[in-house]
Amino acid sequence: MTSALIDSLRKGNRLALSRILSQVENGTDAGIAALEELFLETGTAHKIGITGPPGSGKSTLVNALTRELRRREPEKKVAIIAVDPSSPFTGGAILGDRVRMLDLQDDKQIFIRSMASRGALGGLAEQTEALSQVFDAAGYGFILIETVGAGQSEVDVVNLAHTTIVVDAPGMGDDIQSIKAGILEIADILVVNKADRPGADQSVSYLKNMVEMGYARSINNRNHHLEDFHENPVEATPSADWIPPVLKTVASEYQGITELTNAILTHAAHLRQSGQWHAKDQAAIRTNINHQLIAGLLKDFHQNVPAELVDSLVEKAQKRAISPNAAVRDLLAYNRNNTVESSE
Amino acid sequence: MTEKKIRVLIAKPGLDGHDRGAKVVARALRDDGMEVIYTGLRQTPEMIAEAALQEDVDVVGLSILSGAHNALVPQVIANLQANGQTDVVVFLGGIIPEDDIQNLLDHGVYKVYGPGTDTREVCKDIREAVKTKA
Ligand SMILES: Nc1nc2c(ncn2[C@@H]2O[C@H](COP(=O)(O)OP(=O)(O)O)[C@@H](O)[C@H]2O)c(=O)[nH]1
Ligand SMILES: [Mg+2]
Repeated sequence: MTSALIDSLRKGNRLALSRILSQVENGTDAGIAALEELFLETGTAHKIGITGPPGSGKSTLVNALTRELRRREPEKKVAIIAVDPSSPFTGGAILGDRVRMLDLQDDKQIFIRSMASRGALGGLAEQTEALSQVFDAAGYGFILIETVGAGQSEVDVVNLAHTTIVVDAPGMGDDIQSIKAGILEIADILVVNKADRPGADQSVSYLKNMVEMGYARSINNRNHHLEDFHENPVEATPSADWIPPVLKTVASEYQGITELTNAILTHAAHLRQSGQWHAKDQAAIRTNINHQLIAGLLKDFHQNVPAELVDSLVEKAQKRAISPNAAVRDLLAYNRNNTVESSE
Repeated sequence: MTEKKIRVLIAKPGLDGHDRGAKVVARALRDDGMEVIYTGLRQTPEMIAEAALQEDVDVVGLSILSGAHNALVPQVIANLQANGQTDVVVFLGGIIPEDDIQNLLDHGVYKVYGPGTDTREVCKDIREAVKTKA
């Protein structure tokens, strides 16, 4: 049944694609099997992360951007993964991003998929990555991933993107403070949306300042490094550095979208030329393998080590008879001995 | 693995520009633990079926106040079926005259809800319909 579905997906059947996305998102056996096969056909898509505070206009921007990408590179299909938070209390979610993407409805080369975060912190990034891999294998040349930029898990999500766009709007809080520390560092492109509102120019110069400060810092570090090694600075300086541009848009009026698209395509070319495309791909795969390795090792561990042993060591630690550190040492030792026997 | 999430598309076909009812139902379903995809006003039957396909939903809830239900609802269902989504549960809310209801059910609507329906009833019906379908 699954292999028939995968064949349909390869032939461009969108219902098959949609069904496989669900299987993968739900982590079913069929979904895991499908992804194992489809991963081998990935690696061509340009993944673009769009993050920023709620209401800054991310979905509206995705709408405008997608239309422009389709116009510029008509041979490429565009997939959109729009992530919204699940309610921590009920597990339900209202996924409303499509409301802002109504201009994209008539183009069958565009596929929009809404996704609830399902309360999984690190897991959100893995699920999103998995869905993006399905789209990649299905031949979508651009994959746009919209996430609410609020915390660490969103940073993880955008780390799987080749190009990360951080969106903010004027008047969302005191001068752009709504952009959380840390999220600025992951930006390849900064967008001040709602530039029709007062305060946009201040936001732009504030962000430009931040970028310049960050860039100056990295240059300084590099110069230290160069002095240490007495190398020719011209040769040793990576020609590849990218300074994040700060752009103004009015997404609802399609203003500034040409410039934004230029920046995105230039960034992709820059990544390819500098070898960073390859490096990012490798880093994403390594992270993916590490995460699965941790989960797999933990599962193995729990199969090898009786729960009673874990419980008894927890109890001992709670009585302050041993430290958690010592408990772990005992458990790992038990696991090692047990594994050696059972792996024969 | 955890229980599979029920995914519902809430859509408003036709030209009436009033979506308070649709939003109330969307929130009730969310509070019942479902994932609700909301698509906004003035959707054609083709657009609704297209969104249902991309989102692989189990359920499509339509809200119609304009009186155009006899024309619109069969079109939505026909479009869903043409796309291969033959197992989607379709329910309808709005101001639907008693005389029209049987015809709509014959076209494959699972249930019709009038104004003032207890949303808990809708949640319960949906869970049951999805379970029997699976
Ligand atoms: N004035 C103005 N409003 C905008 C602009 N872009 C988006 N909006 C509006 O801002 C609101 C939130 O937009 P949305 O795209 O849903 O933001 P998101 O939560 O970041 O995805 C909507 O009402 C949009 O119509 C813009 O450039 N200018
Ligand atoms: Mg949004």
